[in-house]
This record gives sequence, structure tokens and C-alpha cells, in this order.
Amino acid sequence: MRRSTPTVKIPSRKGAYATRIGIYALLVSLAAICLLPFYSMLIASTHGSDEISSQLLLLPGNQFLDNYHRLIGTINVWKGFLHSLYITVTSTVLALYFSALAAYGFSKYPFKGRGFLFGFVIATMMIPSQLGIIGFFKQMSMLNLLNTYWPLILPSIANAFGIFFLKQICDSAVPRELLESARIDGASELHIFHRIVLPLLVPSLATLGIFLFISKWNSFLEPLIIIFDNEKQTLPVMVAMTKGQFRTDYGAQYVGVLISVVPILAVFAAASKRIIGGISVGALKE
Amino acid sequence: MSVVARFRKKVFRSKAIPRPSRSNWAIHGYYFILPFFVIFVAFQLYPILYSLYLSFSNWDGFSAPSFVGLRNYERLLSDHLFYKSLLNTLVIWVMSIVPQLFLALTLALILNEKFIRGKHFFRAVFYFPNIVTPVTIGVLFSLLFDWQTGAVNKLLEALNIVDHPINWLGRPLLSQVLVAVVMVWQWFGYNMLLYIAGLQSIPSEIQEAARVDGANGVQVALKVTIPLLRPVILFTIITSIIGGMQIFDVPFTLSKNGPENSTLTVVMYLYQTAFERSQYSYAATIAYATFILIAVFSLLAFKLARSRQEE
Repeated sequence: MRRSTPTVKIPSRKGAYATRIGIYALLVSLAAICLLPFYSMLIASTHGSDEISSQLLLLPGNQFLDNYHRLIGTINVWKGFLHSLYITVTSTVLALYFSALAAYGFSKYPFKGRGFLFGFVIATMMIPSQLGIIGFFKQMSMLNLLNTYWPLILPSIANAFGIFFLKQICDSAVPRELLESARIDGASELHIFHRIVLPLLVPSLATLGIFLFISKWNSFLEPLIIIFDNEKQTLPVMVAMTKGQFRTDYGAQYVGVLISVVPILAVFAAASKRIIGGISVGALKE
Repeated sequence: MSVVARFRKKVFRSKAIPRPSRSNWAIHGYYFILPFFVIFVAFQLYPILYSLYLSFSNWDGFSAPSFVGLRNYERLLSDHLFYKSLLNTLVIWVMSIVPQLFLALTLALILNEKFIRGKHFFRAVFYFPNIVTPVTIGVLFSLLFDWQTGAVNKLLEALNIVDHPINWLGRPLLSQVLVAVVMVWQWFGYNMLLYIAGLQSIPSEIQEAARVDGANGVQVALKVTIPLLRPVILFTIITSIIGGMQIFDVPFTLSKNGPENSTLTVVMYLYQTAFERSQYSYAATIAYATFILIAVFSLLAFKLARSRQEE
């Protein structure tokens, strides 16, 4: 079947060459469009507002620290950074642990109604998060949990996507024989999960953890309505606040945007292969 | 229950003796999935049902909710701002989804070719905007597209593409286009990665066979590869319907309501109704009406794709 592969290539070499140049031109210009806003952000954050508003800036200036201090003086973004970090880390750890537990339960325990319950978990992924938001707000106000971090952290325990993702891994990466021999040795079921299953899941937990971390870090509507106290807000809400507070002080606003983008850039630079690979695993569901 | 049976039960429950039967350990599956269901019921299902109740009541955030029957829904049916927000969301969604999926599919086909170099670099760069905080993107683009002080107009003027700065947020349609463009920028890389994953699951023999039969690259893509990708394409369309109805973060910081409320999306209207005007119960009605519309749209898309597949 493969014998004629060389002859079916595009006949004219010149034509093929031109096509390739065209394709690379497309790829490079799209890459530029993806990156230029961030370059512009970087450059603008080092200039004063009069320069930003009067000319096209291509090279860095020396106003970064001035912008930074004006920003910090009004909105303490590092506080927001720490709040976001605290909420995101605790939520991610809880989501990972309980998703792994449930995924393992669904994968390896033949209990009654397993198929139906798993289907139910998958179906919950289709519910838009805004549907219950008013009820959630009222519920939290009745429980006196408004303006605390509990409503942002506790619900993370129920993560349908995490269960869906890790169940596929449990199905393939956790051998049944290993569990059975541990059972014969008298290990308790929870012990088996902690000592055998969790270690086997570590690479997938890392991938899933990055996704959960990013989506929690980026969440905006929830902290916006749950937290009233500006001092207690998360980083995304604080960055959104800079727009109202710094109207024409563009330099300070750019620094706020920068502080929000850089950690994500760092995570992505360190783990882009894992992140991109993880999306393909998620896509296999259909 | 006899004394012996009771004693036996006690003994088997203690940890000293290994569990004898298979059904005894299988029950642990329930314990392991229990936390999900407890938290789901407490923090997702309960609020959803409570919202349903609120949508039939009158609640301003202070006094207790009182049942008012269908009054909120009647108000919704004649609320032109609700229709406007729905139409805005739909227009922005269509203007972003069509170029987005087209671009994603084209790039996936290109980056799946063997001769392209720097695949990983391009994939990473195209995907990166998707993980940056959406609210931050809204703030960033509002600064870049500011008509008097933003870098975009400065660049266009420097390149002599325009004589006068364009007032991006000055006209309704242009504002909607801007929000849609930002969404394309945010999401095309993500959809591209899904398509690449789909392409890699298609056995290369099928495409090679088509080439042997004399099809050129474009023909193979249109007649062989894309039809095989249909399930993934359907998946991206349905998830984008759900995601598209939730547009909030970007217009919230980029354009607010926009000129003549042109970038007021459904979720923004919901937010403002509840948390700026304290009409919480009416906001719950908006949420439910929107959810029903999303469900209908998703089902239609699904049915349409299925019936075409059968033809």
C-alpha cells in the first residue's frame, strides 16, 4: 500500500516550497498575535502614564518601581496573591484527594448501581455553574459563611471532572492483582488506597492538579460575590478593581496585570508539555 | 437475630480477622464515593433547588422570601433587557465560535503534518492565552484597545493603516466584535489541542489510502479527515454552547455594558440584577430561563449532528 507514497506528494517542488513558506508565515504571525499583548504589557508596565498614552512604546522604560509603589500603596495585590494562593492550594489538594478516592471507588469496587452513579457524576459536569449561584449565595448567608473562604474551598471536594479523569487512569494504571495481594496480607481498604493506589496515581494527579490549580486561580465571579471585604479579596478581583481605582494611571494598572500573568507564565513554562498532554487525555472522553 | 450471629458480626467487624467475602470489601466503594455525593448535594444540588424556589418568590436580600408564583417569569417574558442580553450573548458567541473553530481546525491539520518544525512551540504559544486569568485579559485588552491611549491604535497609526484612532467601544457592533475577537484569541488554541488529539487517534493508513487513490492534501482533509473528526467537533461545539452562555469575565472588565448595552451578556445581567439591584429572586429566574435555553440548544446541536451522521 505504501509503495507509491513518494509519487503522490505535491508534484511541483517550487509550489510545495511556496506553500510551506505561506504556512510558516501564518504560524509565526499567529504566534506574534498571541504573544504581543503580553509584550506590550511588559513594556507598558515600565513607563509612566503620559508616555503610555502619548506614544507607541516598543522598548522598556525605567518607571516600573514608581508604578509598582503607586499600585501597592492603594491596592495590596500581594495580599490578594496570598489569599488566592491559600484558596487555590487548599482547594486543589482537597479536590485531588477526594477525586482520587471516588475514582478508585468507581474503578475497582463492583458495588450495586455503580454504572448509574458514575453516569450521574458525568452528567453533573454539564450543569452551568451559574444556575445555582443565587441559591448558593442565600445558603451561605444563612450559614453565616459570607465574607469567609469556606464557600470558595469546601465545594471543591466534589469535582466531577477530576473523578472522570482519574477513573480512566485507575482503570488502566492500577493492577487488580496488586490490590488482591494486599487484601490477602490483611491491609485495610483505606490503607490500600493510601499506600498503593495514590502513589501509582501521582503522575496523573500532577497533571490534573495543574488544571485544577489554574481554573481555581482564575475564578472571578465566586470571590466577587462571596467576599465583601476588599482587604480579603483574591488577586483576580483586585486586578479588576485597579480599573476603577486607577482610571488614568495606566502604568499602575499594567503592573497589576503583570503580577497576575507572571505566575501563570511561570507554571506554564515549567509544565507546558504536561499541560498540553493532559488536554488530550481530557479530550478522549468522546 | 441469634446471639451467635450477633457475636459473629461483631468479630468480623473488628480489624483482627480478615474480611471473608468479596461483597464485604466491595461495599467500601460506597464509602469512597460518598464524600463527592455529600458535598455535591450540600453545595451544588441544594443551591440549584433553592434557586428554583427563589425564582418563584420575591426576595430582596433582607426580608424573608415570599412565594409569588409565576410573577417573575411573567416579568421575564416582557423584559426587553433580558432579550437584549440573550441576543448579545448569542451574537458574541456566534462571532467568536465560527472563526475560532475554523482557525483551530486549520491549525490542527497543519500542526499534524510531519514536515512542520517547532510543533511544540506553536502548540504551547497558541494555547497560552487560554490559561491566563480571563479577568486579567479583560483589563489588559481594555488598556490596549483604549481608543485614545491604547497601544493598538498607536500601532495602527504608526503603520499608516488608519488616519484617526478607532473608537473600539464607541459603537454597539464594534464592541461586540471586540469581545468576540478577544474570545477567539482566548479559545482557539484550546480547541486546536482537542482537534490535534482527535487527529492523532485517526489511523494514518486511512489518509494514506486516500492519497494512493489520488486525492490531494486538501481533498484528504475535507473528505476523509474532517468527517472522521466529527465526534470531537461536536464535543467542542456543545462545550462552547455551555461556555458561551457563561460569558462574563471578559466583557465585565473590557467593555462593561458597552454602548447601548451591546455587551451586556446574560450572566452580567444576572449579576447586576442580583448584586447591584438586590433583586435576587428575579436573578434566579434569569438563571433558570437561561439554563433551559442552553439545554435546548445543546440538545438541538446534538440531534442535528446525529441525524446528519446517519445520512
